[in-house]
Amino acid sequence: MASHTLPPLPYAYDALEPVISKQIMELHHQKHHQTYINNLNAALTAHATATETKDVPALIALQQKIRFNGGGHINHSLFWKNLTPPGTPGNDLASAAPTLREAIVSRWGSEKAFTESFNATLLGIQGSGWGWLVSSGGPKGRLEITTTKDQDPVTGSDVPIFGVDMWEHAYYLQYLNNKAGYVDGIWKIINWAEAEKRYTAGVQNPVKL
Amino acid sequence: MVALLANSARVALRSGASASTKAGAGLTFARGKATLPDLSYDYGALEPSINGKIMELHHKNHHNTYVNSYNTAIEQLQEAQHKGDIAAQINLKPAINFHGGGHLNHTLFWENLAPKSAGGGEAPTGALAKAIDSTYGSLGEFQGKMNTALAGIQGSGWAWLVKDKQTGQIGIRTYANQDPVVGQFEPLLGIDAWEHAYYLQYQNRKAEYFSAIWDVINWKTVEKRFS
Repeated sequence: MASHTLPPLPYAYDALEPVISKQIMELHHQKHHQTYINNLNAALTAHATATETKDVPALIALQQKIRFNGGGHINHSLFWKNLTPPGTPGNDLASAAPTLREAIVSRWGSEKAFTESFNATLLGIQGSGWGWLVSSGGPKGRLEITTTKDQDPVTGSDVPIFGVDMWEHAYYLQYLNNKAGYVDGIWKIINWAEAEKRYTAGVQNPVKL
Repeated sequence: MVALLANSARVALRSGASASTKAGAGLTFARGKATLPDLSYDYGALEPSINGKIMELHHKNHHNTYVNSYNTAIEQLQEAQHKGDIAAQINLKPAINFHGGGHLNHTLFWENLAPKSAGGGEAPTGALAKAIDSTYGSLGEFQGKMNTALAGIQGSGWAWLVKDKQTGQIGIRTYANQDPVVGQFEPLLGIDAWEHAYYLQYQNRKAEYFSAIWDVINWKTVEKRFS
């Protein structure tokens, strides 16, 4: 069975500085993301065996492992792509994401009101999880700010436009307990060009982006 | 440097806590408000298992934020009760569980740790040792099972050695986020598996943290809770 592999970052490890340090990016990509992939592959291999042997209790027991590690793989694959070095064209909302910008302003009244709502949602997460802008029901749907706990991915017909990792490993080495500092900084590296693409066309397969 | 910072921080904490009173489970209150409890050891005293910088941030920043947010939630609850606003009272439940749980969990955690010089890591004795042996075979086997439980936590949370109030038996249970040990179970020994508890020192190598923490477990506290 073909196994999942770590997707390369679309930029250098230090390219998101000063918002996210090189050390965080290296650990986050090479260690954390890699571990989700390794555990997903192990769970899928066990799943294939259990399928062959018709071991239904084993299949059920594997569901949570697949959800957690598969979710970790999906979420991080989306996350790397929805970030871009500060000051790059993709980071300019107005020019990189005209359609999405209009939808955001019509939904929240202004960019500022949207980012304030998003920030408050991120800071309200109790424990590990992710904050997302999603398009409900498919591309160009109603925009919603949502959260998922631990590594739960956005599933069903909802399209994840972009996600922000609120696990402590995503910011702790640089921001310590000042997660508001991380949340404020993240806007300087959101890849609005990628967000526009997902909003207008959807996400086909997040681990094969 | 770390030791100096730790020392001055403790002096500041002590002077700020001078008007406080002690309540059960090491919780302290001043004028009806929860307050940050003092540590009975220096921030650097658990090294090398847990470094001083982690201890200082964990106590002064993380724990203190739970204390403040819990007090805010309780003020809002009192206001909602005063107004007879049931919806607002119910809406505050998650905040009270999370921040109150964070306060309880950390208070218990500091007390179930101790520097080696103060008995940290010394094996339990008496009734607790017997209960561990009869339940798990040996202390080592118990520690292995506890470490497996810790490593299996998906996200933030805690693993606890608990006592079942119905049967008197001990067991290992994990809790998500800051969910406290309440109800049927009593907390005996808790280990914080949030990333902030180890990341500055161990990064993604959390198994090393889980294995090192046994050197600073205060089994005397656990024995007291058990009896």
